[in-house]
Amino acid sequence: MTPVLKTVHLVKIYSDGAVPVPAVRGVDLQVEPGEFVAVMGPSGSGKSTLVHMLGGLDSRTSGEIWLDGQRVDTLSESAWALLRRKKIGFVFQFFNLVGNMTVADNVELPALLAGASPKEARERRESLLGALNLTERADAAPGQLSGGEQQRVALARALANQPSVLLADEPTGNLDSRNTRDVLKLLSNVHKEGQTIVMVTHDARVAGLADRLVSLFDGEIVDDGRIARKRTRTAGAVIDLR
Amino acid sequence: MRLHLLALLAKEPAHGYELKQALEQTFGSAYPSPNIGQIYVTLGRLEKDGLVKAVDVEQSNRPNKKVYYLTAKGRETLTLWVDEPTEGPRVRDEFFMKLVLAPLTGIADRMALINRQRRHYLSLMGDLNDLLSRTAPDDHVQALLIEGAMLHLQADLDWLERCQEDLT
Repeated sequence: MTPVLKTVHLVKIYSDGAVPVPAVRGVDLQVEPGEFVAVMGPSGSGKSTLVHMLGGLDSRTSGEIWLDGQRVDTLSESAWALLRRKKIGFVFQFFNLVGNMTVADNVELPALLAGASPKEARERRESLLGALNLTERADAAPGQLSGGEQQRVALARALANQPSVLLADEPTGNLDSRNTRDVLKLLSNVHKEGQTIVMVTHDARVAGLADRLVSLFDGEIVDDGRIARKRTRTAGAVIDLR
Repeated sequence: MRLHLLALLAKEPAHGYELKQALEQTFGSAYPSPNIGQIYVTLGRLEKDGLVKAVDVEQSNRPNKKVYYLTAKGRETLTLWVDEPTEGPRVRDEFFMKLVLAPLTGIADRMALINRQRRHYLSLMGDLNDLLSRTAPDDHVQALLIEGAMLHLQADLDWLERCQEDLT
């Protein structure tokens, strides 16, 4: 099976300042189809830089990035952008919705850009907004929505083009627990349907959905392994009530 | 468990098995199901201390059952428990002891310990996610207990990160 994503000794050094700052220092990562990978680490460990490079939002300094068996880091800017529309969904801590378009259009746009027919785009939008309890908000402008609702719209948008991989950077960073619950439910469902996900997060609840954890420290992978299921029967196994 | 039983008996007299059921119904699967033997032992001790009294109730074609009720002294003890602030969680963390002491012995390094522990916490978190998704929406006691457990785990993970920053 071709990995969805692969990096070979990926390096990012920021050299805007007086002193070059290495943010990612030789990351070798391979993500198989259907995997849900959580990326954790202290701030400054390079995790955001890593997923931004995977999504083509930040350029690499050296190393290779492969997407669905194709090397992408050597593509031209425009070729990479084109591929990205088809194959990558991105969701950030801040939602970056288009303010003068309705919620429905925000979600349909990426599918249309990726080449879906208007009918397909509409159906996909309806099912995603439905899953996120946002059907009634379809005609609203993003500015009329609460932060939690906007983030759910952003997630719907990221999934609209049925991407090969969903990349996320702290997607529940500023959500209250009810909104987080809706986001968790959708992530868990799309993952069960086979969606590949790579997600940077501090939120243990979201990370707990993943089946693999990659820990970064000082720009390097210091741990990479499966998250086992323990079959805890009761919350009492975690909190001792007695 | 002494005070939990006293609280249940303050509502109404009950026998041991009814107390077990009341605990299970109140807390659902969030609470480790109490062992009936442990309940009887606890009731025995409460009786010896004068906090509850038992009366024998005859049952047709079964042995008598003991129904327990709260004494005035029992109610006083219960009131004291309810009125005083409850001790917060203390950090008496077995993992932290390992983390500090193990490298001294050369058995393990801290980075490896932290990484393994992080995955362990996340696997617990995954289970709690499952448990929460199987919890009925109106079962607030169980849902809150699970959410509490999740917040504790989140704090443990944040602490782990602090340990990683300062100790490795």
